[in-house]
Amino acid sequence: MLTESEPHYRQPLLKTPFHERARALSQVDSFIPWAGYTTVDVFTNVEQEYFAIRNASSLYDLTPMVKYRIAGSGATRYLNRLMTRDMAKLKPGRVAYSVWCNDSGHLIDDGTVFCLSPTEYRLCTAERQLDWLLDSAIGFEVEISEVTEEIAALAVQGPTSCALLKAFGLAGVERLKPFELGQFEAPAALGIEAPIMVSRTGFTGDLGYEMWMRPADAEKVWDGLMEQGRTRLIRPIGSRALNIARIEAGFVLPNFDFVSAEHTLRVGTERSPLELGLGWLVDFKKGHFTGRRALLEEERRGPRRLLVGLDIEGNKPAHNALLYSDSSGKRQVGSVTSATWSPTAKRNIALAMMDAPHIKPGMSVWAEIYLNRELVWERRMARAQIVERPFFSPERRRATPPGDY
Amino acid sequence: MSARYDCVVVGGGHNGLVCANYLARGGRSVLVLEAADRVGGAAVTREFAPDFRVSAGAHLLHLMPESLVRELRLGTHGLHLVAERMPTTALSVDGAPLLIDAANTAALDARSPADAVALPKYSALLKRLAEALQPLFETVPPRLGTDSWHDRFALARIGLRMRALGRKDMRELLRIGGMCVQDLLDEYFETPLLKGALGFDAVLGSNFGPRSPGSVFTLLYRMAAAGAASGSLSLPEGGLGALSDALGKSAIDAGVVIRTGAPVERILVREDRAAGVVLQSGEEVLAGCVISNADPKTTFLRLLGSEYLDTGFVRRIKHLRARGLAAKLHLALDRLPQFTGLDASALRGRLLLAPSLEYVERAFNHAKYDERSEAPILEITVPSVVDGTLAPAGKHVLSAIVQYVPHQLAAGGWEQERERFTSLLVDMLDSHAPGLRESVRAAELLTPADIEREFRISGGHWHHAELALDQFLMTRPVPGAAQYGTPVEGLFLCGAGTHPGGGVMGVAGRNAARQVLSVTRAGRGAEKAA
Repeated sequence: MLTESEPHYRQPLLKTPFHERARALSQVDSFIPWAGYTTVDVFTNVEQEYFAIRNASSLYDLTPMVKYRIAGSGATRYLNRLMTRDMAKLKPGRVAYSVWCNDSGHLIDDGTVFCLSPTEYRLCTAERQLDWLLDSAIGFEVEISEVTEEIAALAVQGPTSCALLKAFGLAGVERLKPFELGQFEAPAALGIEAPIMVSRTGFTGDLGYEMWMRPADAEKVWDGLMEQGRTRLIRPIGSRALNIARIEAGFVLPNFDFVSAEHTLRVGTERSPLELGLGWLVDFKKGHFTGRRALLEEERRGPRRLLVGLDIEGNKPAHNALLYSDSSGKRQVGSVTSATWSPTAKRNIALAMMDAPHIKPGMSVWAEIYLNRELVWERRMARAQIVERPFFSPERRRATPPGDY
Repeated sequence: MSARYDCVVVGGGHNGLVCANYLARGGRSVLVLEAADRVGGAAVTREFAPDFRVSAGAHLLHLMPESLVRELRLGTHGLHLVAERMPTTALSVDGAPLLIDAANTAALDARSPADAVALPKYSALLKRLAEALQPLFETVPPRLGTDSWHDRFALARIGLRMRALGRKDMRELLRIGGMCVQDLLDEYFETPLLKGALGFDAVLGSNFGPRSPGSVFTLLYRMAAAGAASGSLSLPEGGLGALSDALGKSAIDAGVVIRTGAPVERILVREDRAAGVVLQSGEEVLAGCVISNADPKTTFLRLLGSEYLDTGFVRRIKHLRARGLAAKLHLALDRLPQFTGLDASALRGRLLLAPSLEYVERAFNHAKYDERSEAPILEITVPSVVDGTLAPAGKHVLSAIVQYVPHQLAAGGWEQERERFTSLLVDMLDSHAPGLRESVRAAELLTPADIEREFRISGGHWHHAELALDQFLMTRPVPGAAQYGTPVEGLFLCGAGTHPGGGVMGVAGRNAARQVLSVTRAGRGAEKAA
């Protein structure tokens, strides 16, 4: 909690309810700030943590995810005007991923909307948005409050995650379909009093769940999961490992793949959902929403840019690479926004923002990659092919009930 | 479901009537829907005590362009002025009143020869600057940052007009345009009574005191608007309502259908365009386009609803400054008030109670804290002196604009304060016109909250939105709705909240009609391809 007595730059970062547990397990003491909290970047080793996501179970503290309570008789209408997707279709017990835009159709943020009841929703976003959310509420019967500190959140992701939650004692969790949520009682022996909300959601593109609980129960949940997870190779993970998984899943990340239109200073650096390849989230038929008229015009004109997936030759990640239409590097046609070696797909993958006129499916471009060879820098022009996203999407992500391990 | 029109105008205020009239002259079928039992909006004459009638809102006519009066043939439709070139007299707290007239400085010369020399110079400068601004009033404001040659050309024309002022005046316009009126008046004059009266017009109807930056702009603006109307204060026989009646008759003559007592509940939107309106009775009226004479906040937030608008636009509408600070006082008097030191001819004009700029600024101070002024400023008229239709023979009505009166009081409410404040005003008047108190047969005070209720103006601001540099031309009322069109296709604005703003001027209505005619087609009301 911030205090009045100290200037903000002297205020320490907040600690999540899992902080003491995480600190005890951190071997390299690598913490980074996230939305005012200190969180783990790496516990031990990025690769090991990554493989926990894909081969076993991973535990990720997502408490700093900004959470808003949106409640009132006009909550559905409010969300429908705010979001590009049709929120009237979102039923209680379901979760939807959506984006929202400013008047000019540029992306402010993306996030997940949890429908708790026809008159109560929870919105989870990467960044704070209260100003925009409140101004969007003018004329609607709705109350909006930030509840980030009231809810501790933990992501349990990986092929054994369902089995782990069952072993932990959440009876029936295997019946949750993707983007479903439920309230679960934890076994009395754990001393957890309030029900835990579990949603089958995540940022890994794998089988996985997110658990939402009272901060007072946080350590008990963590301990219980770690206890049951020993035989399932559970591993707490930091943000670096998660980032590899999310690029494989083809998810965009604010401040990496786009900058919120509320934060951009330079003209032309805003991005629209159409440019980010999120046109499937934009429902022009549902009625008005903020940015609709601008997006209709953009759709008519055709987007100026497009976020694409790249499969790049070689094994050197194309971090921040400029993209050219030819190997001589004369004509720039885009740039890479996120890049990684994909350990599971065994491909050198990237997300890239391309100038729209240059994009044809299956076409090749050239990525300018800088290589550090024992402090000797080399430049390599690597051929990159435009490919479909996601790069990795296992069947277990969708199977209900998931496999038991 | 009733008949379908090309255009339905929501609100039969003077701008709505003017707009409807020009649309009908342009070949459109037009319906005007007025919530009240008669047209006119805040330009209306009504009985406030048995047999005593008064202009309940605006009480002087001085801004409506002669061209408009001529084009709509208001004379043949019953407009008859009973007073023109009305004089302005400044009431003093402790001395003789002073006639304010740049063409007749004899009285001023007796007090300050220097001021008598300065006043014609000052008036001439302001007149030149106002004349340069005047053509802007007839212009649909250009949009900024578009590729349209029409917008670029309009911007260039504004620039050229300023350039035509010449180097000296152009500099002076830039220098004083953002200044406070007190600094400007201090440069020219020494007589407090003169400065108070000249400063009064800069702050009349605004949220400004004489020390507020930008108050010179509001003064120039008022002068520019008055310029097209030959600059003279006048009174129609029968009060301002008679003007509205003439506007109504002229509109009907042009083919407009007017329905009174027909309050609109909401604007109908179908497939993202305005398709008509729903009346409070539940009746639907379909139309090719909807033109709102209501203020921007009422139009967008109440009649339309923010669910049809983008958040950023709603935010701008919410931030629109539209808080009225002007009240109206109406007195029914048993006899003609006798103002100390004034002959009867002065009562044919207006009297200003603003004896010094400091007095005005102190009156304004209270408003900043939502308190009513203990010593407010007044613009007083006794229209029954020139118009026998307003009061029984020998009796009179007094109509005064009172500033500064907050919409809501920080402490207490108008229910408790109304009597006390009315009494304070009567006492003030009585001190200038001894015996007036005893002659008061009935009194009515309309606070901004009353004005909001009676005339359906959100915030009770008679300009619908504060007239200031930041809510002017292409930023009036807000970007995105400053060319009379709105983000919703087929919905237009024509009220005082649009350029060039309020006062009984009618130019906003005429400009809006021109714009509607140029972007929509008759018959279908469909918008022309861009």
